[in-house]
Amino acid sequence: MLDLKGYGPALMDGAIVTIELAFLSLALSVALGLIGASAKLSQSRVAKGIATTYTTLIRGVPDLVMMLLFYYGGQVAVNMLSDYIWETYEIDFFFQFDPFISGVVTIGLIFGAYMTETFRGAFLAVETGQIEAARAYGFTRFHTFRRIMLPQMLRHALPGLGNNWQVLLKTTALVSIIGLTDMVRVAEEAAKAERMPFHFFIPVAFVYLALTAGSELFIKWLDKRANVGVVQGG
Amino acid sequence: MADQSPLICRDIHKTFDQLEVLKGISLETRKGDVVSLIGSSGSGKSTLLRCINLLETPTSGDIIVHGDPIKFTTNRRGERIPADNKQVELIRAKLSMVFQSFNLWSHMTVLENIVEAPIHVLKVPKKEAIERAEAYLNKVGIYERKDYYPAQMSGGQQQRAAIARALAMEPEVMLFDEPTSALDPELVGEVLKVMQSLAEEGRTMIVVTHEMAFARDVSSQVLFLHQGVIEEQGTPEKVFDHPDSERMKQFLTPNF
Repeated sequence: MLDLKGYGPALMDGAIVTIELAFLSLALSVALGLIGASAKLSQSRVAKGIATTYTTLIRGVPDLVMMLLFYYGGQVAVNMLSDYIWETYEIDFFFQFDPFISGVVTIGLIFGAYMTETFRGAFLAVETGQIEAARAYGFTRFHTFRRIMLPQMLRHALPGLGNNWQVLLKTTALVSIIGLTDMVRVAEEAAKAERMPFHFFIPVAFVYLALTAGSELFIKWLDKRANVGVVQGG
Repeated sequence: MADQSPLICRDIHKTFDQLEVLKGISLETRKGDVVSLIGSSGSGKSTLLRCINLLETPTSGDIIVHGDPIKFTTNRRGERIPADNKQVELIRAKLSMVFQSFNLWSHMTVLENIVEAPIHVLKVPKKEAIERAEAYLNKVGIYERKDYYPAQMSGGQQQRAAIARALAMEPEVMLFDEPTSALDPELVGEVLKVMQSLAEEGRTMIVVTHEMAFARDVSSQVLFLHQGVIEEQGTPEKVFDHPDSERMKQFLTPNF
């Protein structure tokens, strides 16, 4: 059997941190993606401008740089804000940047930009006739969105969404840099202490592989469900 | 109020960019009227139909649905838009549309397609909506397909399902936008038959069509549109047998 030299429980906890981080970031990125896509497709020039700046900025800067900037820079910004509030209003306001929250926010922000593009394309792929029929039957805009656009868009978005999710899951490994004890960080410490890199990194690699393989199956299943009512060619 | 006209259009104009597609169309229906809009492609007949339920906003002119004139306002860019979204939704619920390409919601079964608007727009209780939907599916002859998805049916069946969806709204006026133009020739008949039975029931219908036999035999009023104006108007006998306009005579003469 695999002997983890007593690091087993710590690795397990790390794996749970990784999974929590991934799911929370996913939720945030999907929310941001939906908002971003709606903004990009809206009539408002301001909304379009903000969303375009967001995606251009995020997609152009390396994930690692973003993460460092957000974690260290974010704390400096909080400190400055805290000083200012204390000096001006004499209100004691301060909080420590938590690496977990920073991780979720950074990864969520990064992948929100990719999701924005995925959802934008998917919304555009919905046939106009489907939306016109909803309007012609007196649906409100919200109802049209929820009952017609969203379910139809999802079918087009799923492949891209699945792709983004897998990359996101792997990107969570970067949070070990900002001091979060995820699975990778525990393995790194263990490997250094025991001088056994293979012994610790290979199981970690397998955990990632299991997670991505599992989600691939789940996405396939979702895809099948979303495509119900669509005649497959060939 | 009893015999109020279900739909009146007054001097409708519609301009896209520089192109004036409708140049002042007026139309009045009585209850039970079947109005056929005929004319060559680009004459504006589909645009008129889309203006009636506000999928397009007329550049000028009034639309009055059952005595209720649609209110318009101007947006910041100076375009005319409907003033009250609630009113538009209400009016659309009274004018149900059947599209050329069916536009059934592809992720819903036939039954789901039909009950969606009655339940969510008209607030009909679910059980009643389903009963109503099944009755209309029976009427258009596709009850046994109620759990199929649109893509699993032929074009004719899809269009009949779309007609059932329109009927389930129990509308004041049914609008048909070239309902048979996307169908294979052998499927046209089944859809026209359903439409004819609706006409015989006394439903008010406005039909954009290229089916001259339908326009002649079923409608009570025929409008011939040419380049955005009504060139000829009247009973089918008048329009088809004794047209005044040269255009209408040309339109009726087949040339190969």
